[in-house]
Amino acid sequence: MSITDTKPRPEDLRSVIVNVFRFDPATTDEPHYDSYKVPMTGSMTVLDLLFYLLEHEDGSLAFRYACREAICGSCALYVNGTYRLACKTQLKDLKAEEISISPLPHLKVIKDLVVDMDPFWEKYERIRPYLINDEAPPEKEFIQSAADRLKMDDMVDCILCGACHSSCPQVWTDEEYLGPAALLKLNRFTVDTRDRGNKERTKLFDNEQGVWRCHTIFNCVEACPKSINQTYSIQHLKRRAVARRLGMK
Amino acid sequence: MPSMYHQVLIVGGGLAALRAAIEAKEAGLDVAVMTRVHPVRSHSVAAQGGVNAALANAEKGRDDTIEKHAFDTVKGSDFLADQPAAITMTADAPLRIYEMEHWGCPFSRTDEGKIAQRPFGGAGYPRTCYAADKTGHALLHTMYEQAVKRNIKIYEEWTVLSLVIDGGVCRGVIALNLRDGDLVPVGADAVIFGTGGTGRVYGRSTNSIIVTGSGMAVAYYAGVPLKDMEFIQFHPTSLFGNNVLITEGARGEGGYLRNANGERFMEKYAPKAMELGPRDIVARSIQTEINEGRGFPGGYVHLDLTHLGAKKILERLPAIRDISINFVGVDPIEKPIPIQPGQHYSMGGIDTDADGATVIKGFYAAGECACVSVHGANRLGGNSLLETIVFGQRSGAHAAGYVRGGGKGGPDERLLREHLHRMRERWEDLRAADGPEDPAAIRDLMKETMIEKVGIFRDEAQMSEAVEAIKKLQERYRRIHVGYRGRRFNLDLLRTYELGMKLDLAEIIAKGALNRQESRGSHARTDYKERDDANWLKHTMAHHTPDGPRFDFKAVEVTKWQPEARRY
Repeated sequence: MSITDTKPRPEDLRSVIVNVFRFDPATTDEPHYDSYKVPMTGSMTVLDLLFYLLEHEDGSLAFRYACREAICGSCALYVNGTYRLACKTQLKDLKAEEISISPLPHLKVIKDLVVDMDPFWEKYERIRPYLINDEAPPEKEFIQSAADRLKMDDMVDCILCGACHSSCPQVWTDEEYLGPAALLKLNRFTVDTRDRGNKERTKLFDNEQGVWRCHTIFNCVEACPKSINQTYSIQHLKRRAVARRLGMK
Repeated sequence: MPSMYHQVLIVGGGLAALRAAIEAKEAGLDVAVMTRVHPVRSHSVAAQGGVNAALANAEKGRDDTIEKHAFDTVKGSDFLADQPAAITMTADAPLRIYEMEHWGCPFSRTDEGKIAQRPFGGAGYPRTCYAADKTGHALLHTMYEQAVKRNIKIYEEWTVLSLVIDGGVCRGVIALNLRDGDLVPVGADAVIFGTGGTGRVYGRSTNSIIVTGSGMAVAYYAGVPLKDMEFIQFHPTSLFGNNVLITEGARGEGGYLRNANGERFMEKYAPKAMELGPRDIVARSIQTEINEGRGFPGGYVHLDLTHLGAKKILERLPAIRDISINFVGVDPIEKPIPIQPGQHYSMGGIDTDADGATVIKGFYAAGECACVSVHGANRLGGNSLLETIVFGQRSGAHAAGYVRGGGKGGPDERLLREHLHRMRERWEDLRAADGPEDPAAIRDLMKETMIEKVGIFRDEAQMSEAVEAIKKLQERYRRIHVGYRGRRFNLDLLRTYELGMKLDLAEIIAKGALNRQESRGSHARTDYKERDDANWLKHTMAHHTPDGPRFDFKAVEVTKWQPEARRY
């Protein structure tokens, strides 16, 4: 892989066919794909491509963006059949003559590539996604060993992009299922030595629409653009639930 | 139907905005947050290296004090910071950091289990608290969790187009709901902006694409002066190719800068501090190496981490390793990262005091959109995250006190309708714009002009050209066309509207820089190489007029430390 300038060099220019999902629920148009032929440069990302379309082909295109460096979670999309962040996906790495860009599947479309994330955030809010500890805090920081901090590493990396949520067949079929992102977040507090909310959170996840709805299909793990293992967290919560029911700690 | 109304309306969803919202909510007020993107998407999330506070947790930092932090900040600012404000910020720092920790922020830890601290540029001690190299992400997610806990109302994908001011008092805003394209009047007794910087006025910016400066422009049009806008920070290390930030923490952990000859060139420029000089000095040093032919073709140098070893890189700098592999195919464990300086931060902004208050009663600003001033002519790494949580809290508290002590208590319907009517006319004019000029072409030229002519090194000839070029672009902007006239999620229209604001901000930056005939901090003039305290130890104030900015100046508060030569 070579380092590329921001400006395309002529020798890098070649064309690619892009099919982009289009839908505006406010109009009578049916959902469809629009096809564009786009000049592509060596390092062009899917997000660069969407801006190119917006500026040069079709000002009506709607999509989300912010950081363009894979940390804000705005631009999770379904590209050539795979969950990806538009900003960190370079066209050349797709190794395809044609590129298909769709919104996150199984979520309601607001317009084009913009989906309604409210069901995702509702699940997030439901698990009480904040440190619970009613004791008076210490004068300085809580003491937490580096090893204990490390236990949260994977979970605190989540950027809440919604790819896992969108990929989970259990989420598709059970509107009440908390889903992988919310359960990952829940487990993040369960393993935080500063948190005292385990008791009340157990009620939230140890039920039919909690961890037991997960059938370890691993779609979430495959979909995650940050390589986080949500299923590990869900299994961890299952073990806790079983241990509690057996009277173990 | 009566207008929407909240006692305190916070605009923006990043750290400063959310911290202000939490404070006002805790005071028992009706609070709402209005934000262009979901709060966790805000640019705060992209901060990497850390946040400063004199906690004295690191082994080599035991002698650190608040006063030393304040002095480093003032010296780093090239003595343009208001010293009482710097002292306030550094004194509040430990309180705010412990608070974030008590709220669950996953800071990295020392062997004793305390918050870990690393060395950063321009600082006498390891003072920068961090969560690996994802500190902004850790802080913002924690802050959002606290907002959710407090049930703070959030208007997502809304943006504010103008302030509603009556007789010097802020009474609300006119907002755009991006999802349906409606313009909506919103009454408020106090409005707090935490809307971020102006990064995307420049090419080669490390900033999120949403960092348009719109909040600053809205305040400016409403009669609030913008302060010290000519001071733009260029981060020494942005990834060559797309200018994604590579944290200063990489040098804090021991990374070297090398030119194309393999030399650690910082020994020529900052022999004591080396790679950990302040950002203005390190950025200039890199640019000098490139300009004098000791960079690599295309214009970059190397940030070499290979000697740190895989363990340290994986533990402390995992995100920049991912970024480097992903965007340029370089694994920093094995090979040096190609970097160049990139636009990074706006030291200037909406003129506020240390409570976030402005000349307009009931209108506040905090974070990068504000200029208190604590950063002066050059911000120290790790002080921007600190600024957000300190002045977010302070502005939230002051706004709450203001509202409780006699807020107007409800929307002024007549006033809001009047403002809505005026804003709608402008908006509809733009929506119908059918001229020959292409906004994308104007945007590209503006960004290129600013980075090429009002960049790291500046002189009169280039900056005069920039002022002329921006003026021409403003004229072209008046003959612009909008490609899409629909209402729902019309990015084309919003971005075109924001382009007009960006051009006005570019004008302020370029003219302010041309005026200032000295070199101070990030403002380095090749035709006025020295700092000139006799004539220029003062803040630039830009006031809006229909014919462009009118400039005057304001004294710097020098209370404790007299300006001295900056050596590192």
